[in-house]
Formats: sequence, structure tokens, C-alpha cells
Amino acid sequence: MDHFPTNWGRPRSEAVDLYNTYPLHNRPGPKADAFTEGVQRTQAPIVTGTSVLAFRFKDGIIMAADNLASYGSLARFKDVQRLIPVGAYTVIGGGGDMSDLQHINHLLEGLIIEELCEEDGHALGPAEIYEYLSQVLYARRSKMDPLWNSLLVGGFKDGKSFLGYVDLLGTTYTASTLATGYGSMIAQPLLRKYVEGREETLTEDEGKKIIEECMKVLFYRDARSINKYQIATITEKGISISESLSAHTEWSFAEKIRGYGAQTQ
Amino acid sequence: MFRNTYDSDNTVFSPQGRLHQVEYALEAVKQGSAAVGLRSKTHAVLLALKRSTGELASYQQKMFRIDDHVGIAIAGLTSDARVLSNFMRQQAMASRMLYNRPVPVNRLVSAIADKAQVNTQEYGRRPYGVGFLVIGQDALGPHLYEFSPSGTSYEYYAMSIGARSQSAKTYLEKHFASFADCTLEELVQHGLHALRETLQQDKELTINNTSVGILSGPGSSFKIVEGPELQPFLSLMVPKADPAAPAAAPAEDVQMEDAS
Amino acid sequence: MTSIGTGYDLSASTYSPDGRIFQVEYANKAVENSGTAIGLRVKDGIVLAVEKLVHSKLLVPEANRRIQTIDRHVGMATSGLAADARHLASRARDEAQSYRDTYQFPPPLKAIADRLGLYVQAYTLYSSVRPFGISSILGAVDKDGPIMFVVEPSGVFYGYHGAAVGKGSQLAKTELEKLKLAELSTRQAVFEAARIIYLVHDDAKDKDFELEITWIGDETNGQHQIVPKDLLAEAEQKAKDAMEEGFDS
Repeated sequence: MDHFPTNWGRPRSEAVDLYNTYPLHNRPGPKADAFTEGVQRTQAPIVTGTSVLAFRFKDGIIMAADNLASYGSLARFKDVQRLIPVGAYTVIGGGGDMSDLQHINHLLEGLIIEELCEEDGHALGPAEIYEYLSQVLYARRSKMDPLWNSLLVGGFKDGKSFLGYVDLLGTTYTASTLATGYGSMIAQPLLRKYVEGREETLTEDEGKKIIEECMKVLFYRDARSINKYQIATITEKGISISESLSAHTEWSFAEKIRGYGAQTQ
Repeated sequence: MFRNTYDSDNTVFSPQGRLHQVEYALEAVKQGSAAVGLRSKTHAVLLALKRSTGELASYQQKMFRIDDHVGIAIAGLTSDARVLSNFMRQQAMASRMLYNRPVPVNRLVSAIADKAQVNTQEYGRRPYGVGFLVIGQDALGPHLYEFSPSGTSYEYYAMSIGARSQSAKTYLEKHFASFADCTLEELVQHGLHALRETLQQDKELTINNTSVGILSGPGSSFKIVEGPELQPFLSLMVPKADPAAPAAAPAEDVQMEDAS
Repeated sequence: MTSIGTGYDLSASTYSPDGRIFQVEYANKAVENSGTAIGLRVKDGIVLAVEKLVHSKLLVPEANRRIQTIDRHVGMATSGLAADARHLASRARDEAQSYRDTYQFPPPLKAIADRLGLYVQAYTLYSSVRPFGISSILGAVDKDGPIMFVVEPSGVFYGYHGAAVGKGSQLAKTELEKLKLAELSTRQAVFEAARIIYLVHDDAKDKDFELEITWIGDETNGQHQIVPKDLLAEAEQKAKDAMEEGFDS
């Protein structure tokens, strides 16, 4: 027997008010949608990619990202391509949540098809795709449901190269050298040293050497990276994305590091 | 009294496969005063004839600015035009917001054409009673489009719509081959000469009854020229009686800012 | 026409006493009165071609397209009311996109044609709408190779190896039947398409026309594209020459 007269004639809800602790006027009623509370937004990324690097060189943009998708600290998927060509002029490099990156890829695929159906010579270039992505990512974070990525958008169209950064908060900026994630701390200073002021003279080969050097340093320093990466170049001639590459690394110094080599004590 | 039984409704095909309501809507366009549009390789202009209901009334508005790079001239129901031009402005803004790109002109015109198509297929609506000439400048250069209530849009080198527009069309067809290399002033002259063809016998183009819309080259904004500013253009027109008429006047004399 | 004035032909939701829906038949008339469109499904691809009647010489050539792209690998050529064609193409794109959203895979043409058939049929059911005044030739190269369908105003759709709709469809069909479509290459089919459009165009009755041809095949990487200018020019020249020969003999 329920001895509380205020409960009489009302459905009893042990789920929300087990001990009748709420005052009558604001007692929680049944939810409009029984599943509302079960809906979860992305609160943290699950399967993640690490840094993306990119910079301008004399003929366009060069970009790189490794092939790893981590599950926590586990190197879970080791053949993931994180450089995504979008249309004929743009490449997106994505870090952060890989399922969100795949979703973004799907969105852009639809967008590109929509545009191509117009057949009117107004194809989307990197600047347009960058604006679109920044709007999408900002709208999602404003719904408290962010797409958990940081992206680099690089491209070349109508004789001009473009490079921009956009992340899960909708933050945007452009610069001649960009790096996301761990790379923004480790590789960005290197990129600035090698590239800044030389954007108009750097050749593709020089660019690739710089990338290799940075990817190597990142592999040494970033525990969520792998020594297997791809390089994209976007120039007048279009997009080209390399096979997976790896940098030459030297580990003999690590012998004496505790927790790495054979331990003597 | 009906002309036939198949014309009271836009959801009915006639036995010949025609849509009479749509055809009548096209007539509504012809009730409006004329508008002319033409373009060169670099410029596009619109010209329109404004009506006034009387001495004490102002002249109607025949031209609307949609965005920096797009303008329209209308013929037919002005209130329908206001609704559609508002929609066009929204589309133009959306494109700038979403892609940071001025909307490609053809897509803007197709968007209202697709809107108009729905009104030709569903019961309880009527087709729009207005036609547009749209000029715009985008990555591919200047364009001129015609939008009509049937839900179609076409790109032209030159076109005219509205009352007695056939006369203007005849002029345009005769001269359009030379438009491609025209200067802005020459284009306006051709436009004025074409527009003049739509006037009734005793009327002529004045600074009060004429509107000119101009898009001059990449990066420029759509500009509507009306009133005293028009005088230099009108002064240069070749008098109609002249049988050797409309070779365009030399360009260097024109000072748009100076009404002298 | 015996139907006229009987009152049974004023709405798509009315049958005549002998079980016909006249509004759908009238919609077919709108198709029969406009420029011919043809489609060829050949060995390794699809070719679509339309006879685009030019109603004014002030029109910018090549600017006003009549064959539309639905998805990367899908094209649609129509005959009938141009505005309706844009409406249906827009719907087709939505269907294609929706298929991609669900399956993350390029839609097979059958799936699109099926959905479009249902959509068009819905416009034959109610007095509050009119049927589509178009017949559409849908062509694609999908996972099973080249395939082609025609969606009619009634909502039915059939698969074809060679299809023709519009004014000159009878003559065009006769010509298509003479071809060994299954043995033709896509490139050869472009020439045949140009020849047939030129053949069925009625110079005496109709205004000028513009030939528009698109193709899907190995040469386009499986994408629906307008044929290159030089190929179109060559095909048009050959078509004209063939006409001359026809007159001589």
C-alpha cells in the first residue's frame, strides 16, 4: 500500500522517483520518448587517427598522414588511408575519430555527386569545401554532437593553392604549414623552419624529404603513430596519393631504455 | 465562358498534351511592359520600360538586385516577382554562407524554374504570372537567362520579354552576332534601340520610364541606372526615323556620372 | 478523338467507361510532340542522344542541356515537357543518393528505375496532380554492366537494348532494330546515334535542332559524360554525309 495520497491515481515510477523525494509540482513525469535518455552523443573518440601534416610548395600542396587507426593505445588497424581525395582539386587529411571521418567522407561524396550532376563548369574547389566543412563541424559542435576530427584541407584550383585547418569545434585557420594533433606540437616547428619563406621555391622532391623527416620524428615521439604513411600532392596536374611509405629509423640507442630493450635488472 | 474544357485547371492535360493554364500564365507575362537583356563577352545589361498609373503616381519597379553579381528584370505580376526574387536572394546568401562562393547564375535560375514547375503540376496552385530576364557574372563570365512560368530557363545571347517584345526580339536577332565584342556603352545603345521597338507609336524612352541594369566585368556589382543618370545614354540614341539606324554610338563620349 | 467532351478525360483519377485513363494518354501526347530522344545499350556502354529543337537563334549553343546526370554512372535523356524532366531528374538524384546513404554503394540502375516508376505512377492516381509529360530513357553502367530503362508517363518501365521516345520514335526504333547493338562498341554507337537523330529530324516541319550526345563506358571510366567536341563533330559530319548518300541513291 502506497501511503502517500499524492501518488494515488498516478502511475508509480520507481525508475525516476523511487522514494518520493520530489515535491509534487516538479515530480518527474514519464519521458516523452522512452529512448531519449539512451541516446548518447560522441563524448570521446573511439578509434582514432593521429597527426596530419601539410604545407605549401612551389607547385601546390603536399600532405601526409600515417596508416594507423588506434583503439585506445592499441594499434588496431594498420592499413587505413587517412588522406581522402574530394573531387578533382582537393585532398582532406583527417585525424581524430575514424568513424566520424568516414561519415565526413560520405557527406563529401554526396556533395561532389550533387555538384557533378550540375555539369555547369562550377566544380567545388578546396576553398569551397573548406567553408562547407567548417560550417558542418561548427553546426555539429553547436548541437553538442561534434564530429570528433581535426582536418586539413589542401588543394589546387585555378592556379592557386589552398591550405586550411578545421577541427571539431569549428575552429578554422589557414597557414602555409599546418599540422594537427601531436604533429602540431612536434612537427609544426620543424615545418616552419624548413618551409616558411620558401613556399614559392620548394620543389616536390624537397617537400617529400621534409615530410619524411617530420614523419620520422613523429614516429619516434608519438606513441599513437606507425612507420607507414602516405603522401598526397595536389598540383595543377591534379591529385596524386602515394603508396604507403616508411622512413628509415634507428633504434640501437633504445637498447638501454628501461621498458624497451632486454632488461638486465 | 470557357475557351475549352481543359483550361480551368493546371492539373489537366488537353488532348493534344498541352497545359492551357501554363500557356495563359505565359500570357500574363506579355501583359507586363517589356524588358530586354543582352550580353557581350565581358558585360551584360538589362533594360526595361516602366509604366506609371498616372501623373501623380510613381513608376513601377522593373528591376531587382539579387546579389552583387546578379540582377533581374521582370515582366508580369510584380508581387509574384517579389516572392521569387526574395527566394533568389536567399539562395544567393546560402551559397555564400555554405561555400563562400557567389552562387553560379545558372543554378539560381534553375532553382526558381524548379519551383515554378511544381506550380504547373499540383492542384490548388496557379503557375507564377511573371517572367524574368536574369543577368549575372560568375566564374565563367557574363550570362543572360530567361525564366518563364512554365518552369523552364534558357541561356541566351540576347532576349526580350513582355508586351510587344517580339519587336525587340526582331531587332536583337538582326544584331546579336555583333554583341560579343561590344563595349558596355554599345550594349546599352543596342538595348535601348531594341527596347524602343516595344513602344507604342507616340511614346518614347525618357529618363522616367526607362531602367537600365548593368554588370560590367568581373568583380563589379549589379547597378541599376535610372533618372537623370540615364540622360547620357538616351542622348546618344540614333533617332528612330533614321533608316540607317542602330549602329552603336561611339563609346568615348559617354560619361555616366555627368548628366550634361 | 472520341474521348473529347465525354468528361471522362478531365482528371487522372477518372476511368473512362472502357477502362482507360485519358489524362495519362494525353501526357503521352506531350511526349509525342517534342524532340526525339534515343538510347543505345551496347557491348561495353551506353549512348544517349537527343534532338534538341532550337526555338530561337538567340539561344547560347550547348548551354541548355537536355540530357541530365543522375549519379556518376547514370544518365537520363527525356522527351516531353522540359520542366517536368528537371523535376524527375531531381527526384532520381535523391533516390540515388538515398541508396548510397543506405548501402554505401553506387546504386544499380534497376533500383533507381524502380523507385522512379513508383513516383511517376503516384502522379497518375489523383485528381490533385497531373501525370508527368515526359518519357525518360535512363542509362547506366552499373556493377552488372550496361543497362537501360524507359520510364513512361504511366509509371511503367521496361528494359531496352535500343530505346526511342518522342516525335521520331517510330522511325528511330526501326533504325535501332537494324543494328547489332550487342556487338557495337560505345564509340561506334555514338556514330549510329548521331546518324539516327539526323535521320528522324523532320527538316520540313521542324525548326533547327542541336544534337546532344552523352555516353558511359570504358572511355569515360564508367562515368556519364557528354561526348568530346571533336567526336561529336565527327559523328555529325558522318551523319550529314550519310543523309546526302541517302538522297543520291
